[in-house]
Amino acid sequence: MASTSGVPAAQAGLPFSQAGEPVLVNIGPQHPSTHGVLRLRALLDGEVIIDLEPVFGYLHSSMEKLAELRTYTQAITLTDRMDYLAAMSNNLAACLAIEKLADIPVPERALYLRLIMVELQRIASHCMFLGTYPNECGAWSTPWMYSFRDREKILDMFEMCCGQRLTYNYIRPGGVAQDVPPEFAIALRVFLKDMPSRVAEYEELLVENEILIARSKHIGILSREQAINASASGPVLRGSGVLWDIRKADPYLIYDRYDFDVPVGEIGDCWDRFWVRMEEIKESLRILQQCFEEFVELPPGPYRTPVDWVFHPPAGREIYSRIESPRGELGYYLVSDGGANPYRFRVRGPSQINLTALKDMTVGHKVADAIAILGSIDIVMGEVDR
Amino acid sequence: MSTWLSGRDVARLLRAHLPDAVEEEADDCLAVYPGALLDTCRHLQRELAIDYLNNLTAVDYLDYIEVVYHLSSLERNHLLTIKVRCYDREHAEVPSLTPLWQGADLQEREVYDLFGVVFAGHPNLKRLLMWEGFLGHPLRKDFVMPPFPQPPGSPVRKRGEELGLD
Repeated sequence: MASTSGVPAAQAGLPFSQAGEPVLVNIGPQHPSTHGVLRLRALLDGEVIIDLEPVFGYLHSSMEKLAELRTYTQAITLTDRMDYLAAMSNNLAACLAIEKLADIPVPERALYLRLIMVELQRIASHCMFLGTYPNECGAWSTPWMYSFRDREKILDMFEMCCGQRLTYNYIRPGGVAQDVPPEFAIALRVFLKDMPSRVAEYEELLVENEILIARSKHIGILSREQAINASASGPVLRGSGVLWDIRKADPYLIYDRYDFDVPVGEIGDCWDRFWVRMEEIKESLRILQQCFEEFVELPPGPYRTPVDWVFHPPAGREIYSRIESPRGELGYYLVSDGGANPYRFRVRGPSQINLTALKDMTVGHKVADAIAILGSIDIVMGEVDR
Repeated sequence: MSTWLSGRDVARLLRAHLPDAVEEEADDCLAVYPGALLDTCRHLQRELAIDYLNNLTAVDYLDYIEVVYHLSSLERNHLLTIKVRCYDREHAEVPSLTPLWQGADLQEREVYDLFGVVFAGHPNLKRLLMWEGFLGHPLRKDFVMPPFPQPPGSPVRKRGEELGLD
């Protein structure tokens, strides 16, 4: 029997006859809300979770090992498959690390193209979240239909640039694979004109939605200290009230030229994490507006430094390079032994490390809330298992 | 812009407090002895406001396995690389950082799984990505890759059989 107050009967000091017997339930690995194949071993007292352990590895494809057996350029294609909802960010993070390792310069035009792609990718990824998260809170498919409308526009633009809609392999060591076609600028201008009103539409639909507020306010609270201690990053860290964005704290590309704010939550519940992502779409649009104005004025120029397909970074050099991906701090730790392939290719996947605090967030809540909490972390299993 | 702390400066700071901790110092990193890791990190938390564990991983250099920690301070915006070397490959053991940072939990399990480094004091040290009962540690450089499955009679398969791989 579960107590109504949210405290497990056994912990509330009830006599044994009234306290429930704990039941171990496996949620997943096949479950619609787990964004892939994540398994949660939950110990339940009635409907209340008293212990929880995420179990993963079902999607493990040893990408770090595969990358060690390939050249640096070939390894870029693997990074697409890690966080497949933000493949551009993964391409960029890998390329920045490889460029630092092998001292490859990047032309100015490529910096603009990269920034435009990565910010579009952030909007696309957060649109996906705006679709799936209300879905897990009970709004069946309607927000999904809305947000996919705009995600499609972005994927169409990516398709113009590289012919792909999910795994782009567009950002390469030294620049980007090819320049954008003329119709890209037109599509981007239309998108930047339309999108602010679409975001306003989402806000009207979701931010004041009674059901969404009831399902996410004061659910899954992660305090500021806990978030830092558990190495949480991205919207999970910012939702807990920590003002930390690598685009501001350790600027890469040309982020330091643009003016944007970092949204920060208050108490670190599901609602704050949701709200931070909503605001980040607006901030990304602000960055894109400013960047696009400069980009259209940019004279035609090289978009890529010519780099050999096989190159040899100096032996003994190692690098830890990080970017702010839509999910958090995406870090690449590369070690070179002077060979054509990396000696060590480590990926710090933000999805995986954000799951560390999952137990602390869920214990004491009901099973249905666990699904909402998991949704608010916004994981991609390809990156968790790699 | 974040700054990377010089290993030499940090070593100088550490030496005053923990004279026997530092194994090797360089411009970009600092190697400490496994026994001194926890004290070193506690000291860094106090002195340099290091509060965030960015990344924890390992590299197999065949002579030794090196566990690499990237630590940072969100408050002062600086980063630091700390390394711990295990010379005994069969019984590689490093103290766990979970008492200081919960963020070490899953990353230490991953290193244990893929490199076979035991983290003493970890509350739940078991394989993270590979399945229970898997033999060996795939990211070690002496790990022998199983032959890629090929249909019988294929040239690759024949070559593999000649080499005694299958």
